[in-house]
Amino acid sequence: MTISGRAQIPAHSEGNPGDKGKAEAMTTATKLNLRTLASSEELLAPGHRLCAGCTEPIVVRQVLQVAGPNTVVVNATGCLEVSTTLYPYSSWRVPWLHSLFANAAATVSGVEAAHKAMVKRGRLKEDERMNFVVFAGDGGTYDIGLQSLSGAVERGHRFLYVCLNNEAYMNTGIQRSSATPFGAWTTTSPVGSGTVGKSQPRKDMTRVMAAHGAPYVAQASPHLWKDLMRKVEKALSVDGPSFINVLVPCPRGWRTDVELGIGLCEVAVDTCIWPLYEVEDGRWRLNHKPRVKKPCVDWLKLQGRFDHLLRPENAGALAGQQGQIDDAWESLLAQCNAPQRGA
Amino acid sequence: MIASPSRLERKPALANQRLASLSGSLAVAEAMRQTNPDVVAAYPITPSTLMVEKFSEYVANRLVDTEFVAVESEHSAMSACVGASAAGGRAQTVTSSQGLAYMWEVLYVAAGLRLPIVLHCANRALSSPINIHCDHSDTMGARDSGWIQLYAENPQEAYDNALMAVRIAEHGDVLLPVLHTQDGFTVTHSLERVELLDDKTVAAFLGDYSPAHPVLDTRNPVTLGAIVMPDALFEMKRQNAEAMHNALRVIGEVGEEFGEISGRHYGLLEKHMVDDADLVVVVLGSTAGTARTIASQLRVAGMKVGVLRVRSFRPFPTQELAETLRGKAAVGVMDRAFSFGAAANPLFAEVMSALYLHGMNVPLINYVYGIGGRDATPGQLASVYRDLALAASAGSADPMVRYLGLRGP
Repeated sequence: MTISGRAQIPAHSEGNPGDKGKAEAMTTATKLNLRTLASSEELLAPGHRLCAGCTEPIVVRQVLQVAGPNTVVVNATGCLEVSTTLYPYSSWRVPWLHSLFANAAATVSGVEAAHKAMVKRGRLKEDERMNFVVFAGDGGTYDIGLQSLSGAVERGHRFLYVCLNNEAYMNTGIQRSSATPFGAWTTTSPVGSGTVGKSQPRKDMTRVMAAHGAPYVAQASPHLWKDLMRKVEKALSVDGPSFINVLVPCPRGWRTDVELGIGLCEVAVDTCIWPLYEVEDGRWRLNHKPRVKKPCVDWLKLQGRFDHLLRPENAGALAGQQGQIDDAWESLLAQCNAPQRGA
Repeated sequence: MIASPSRLERKPALANQRLASLSGSLAVAEAMRQTNPDVVAAYPITPSTLMVEKFSEYVANRLVDTEFVAVESEHSAMSACVGASAAGGRAQTVTSSQGLAYMWEVLYVAAGLRLPIVLHCANRALSSPINIHCDHSDTMGARDSGWIQLYAENPQEAYDNALMAVRIAEHGDVLLPVLHTQDGFTVTHSLERVELLDDKTVAAFLGDYSPAHPVLDTRNPVTLGAIVMPDALFEMKRQNAEAMHNALRVIGEVGEEFGEISGRHYGLLEKHMVDDADLVVVVLGSTAGTARTIASQLRVAGMKVGVLRVRSFRPFPTQELAETLRGKAAVGVMDRAFSFGAAANPLFAEVMSALYLHGMNVPLINYVYGIGGRDATPGQLASVYRDLALAASAGSADPMVRYLGLRGP
């Protein structure tokens, strides 16, 4: 894996999403302007130990900017957990609880249930709405924590589950997860004489959560921060479970230049590899449509984990990948353009 | 457990109690109703299911205002308890066998975070092969998880332990989760005479729980469950060991206080005709009743025999047990679980260590019995005392590990 010669990433705007539906929705989110945000308290303190170029803390800060200090965070085991709480230090200025890898959603179920019980019994005030937010990686969400998440969503606990999706088990050293895309190199889907990296397509977890009937489900990207934060605001306002799947580039695992960071997100969205959409009470809405849908090679060529796909002998695999992305995009467009429930 | 007619007719010890005919499961469910925890998160598994079902009825009929979380697995049951307890609530769950095994990694989290969760357990064999009946392989598998473990003999004690467990767990010198258990089917499904305290007495006994650092206190945010490196983990685990040591004292204190309100006093051990006995059987759980009946019969026949029942397996009352057994001619230790490949099975290993540490070299025999729910019969217990008499006169016992009620050697 070489980490050089990456194509230049187009400069991105300050994050104005730019489609009509979005602009309309944003009028409700008046506090989401840079001046307010710049002066509000940071609830994730600097000095944590996440890698250079990691996009996780950006997402966490965006989420907490909306959630505010009256928030309890439950964190699954993973990069964020180990890097922000190295005893006796902590970066968290909100209450934070870590139990295990597989059980973040079940753990938050208990926190939320206890809160309900205490409000009911008059030990806590009802008027101060408390937010319950889970941060978990794709491993803790798509794989080992799937049952726990499915159960908690089915039971209808009020919590926001944010999947920090870097598309592999990065904390243990870049192993494949079911979020890892087809063709990606990882240490457990290596490129060999008989393989071109991961041989299966990724699981569509956002659809899995939408199929649960959770009142609010979305995909987001930190480069469109207003979109992400508006989604957090909506998610926290529902009286039940909500799920936001956020793409978080990982320079170590994706074999990318550190400075590309968040810019990779823009390419992912413009290639329709990571479409931005939301499912609100069963109504599907596309939040961002690229002006020009770029070929997936624009995305792949920035990342060492896909180097092998660009070799001439793997042209077939590359074409197959573009086909998968096109199919998924068309399917999403059809879903969003179909007559919506209650519309 | 052979109840005499006189016991059935006896009036409750104190006026604040009423009589009921309850199985061990229903007795625990009643204790849970009276405790009215903030959160109960549970998943059904035989033979503890009835506790969850009965408690669900209490929730449905508003006899409690507990948040009942009907989770999708035992892993999530214990995880939700961790969340609820960390939030500052009283949290309880119920399980058996595979359920306890499925909770395994979360048990360590509960103990490590010092969360006073109470687990109402019903013993059942672990697969494979699958078997739904009693042995102690499930709870013995969790014996090093950092949980306090109390073993009840009958529905009455299961009820009493369910209440005392809350106080022991939440005691400031302990702050450890408590598992209290009863033999699956033998106790969980046997109707017996149970004396129940009135709700007011229970409420006063339990008091309120107000933890120092709940995660729901957003004005004083805490980080709970941080990653800890070699520079500090050792000290933290040492504190857990100290808390477990403190529990030896606290279990006794709570047992005494409970005795004052109920007339039923509990210590770490229960001694039956042990003081002047030459031959003693050490046992956990419901088999103690059968052992006592046989011991009483043998006493009539002139044999000086006794029964020592261990109520608290974790912490293990090493010193008290050794002092109790000092001067005995032979001791039999009944294990309802294997510890494959070990020098001896779980209870025996504890007894052997205790006696060695106190300089006693008594002939010891380890009996494995009742595996997968096989009956522990009066005849088997009688044969144990016969074996012990032979070992006492020989001054040694060979083989050390023996199997009761097993077909073949």
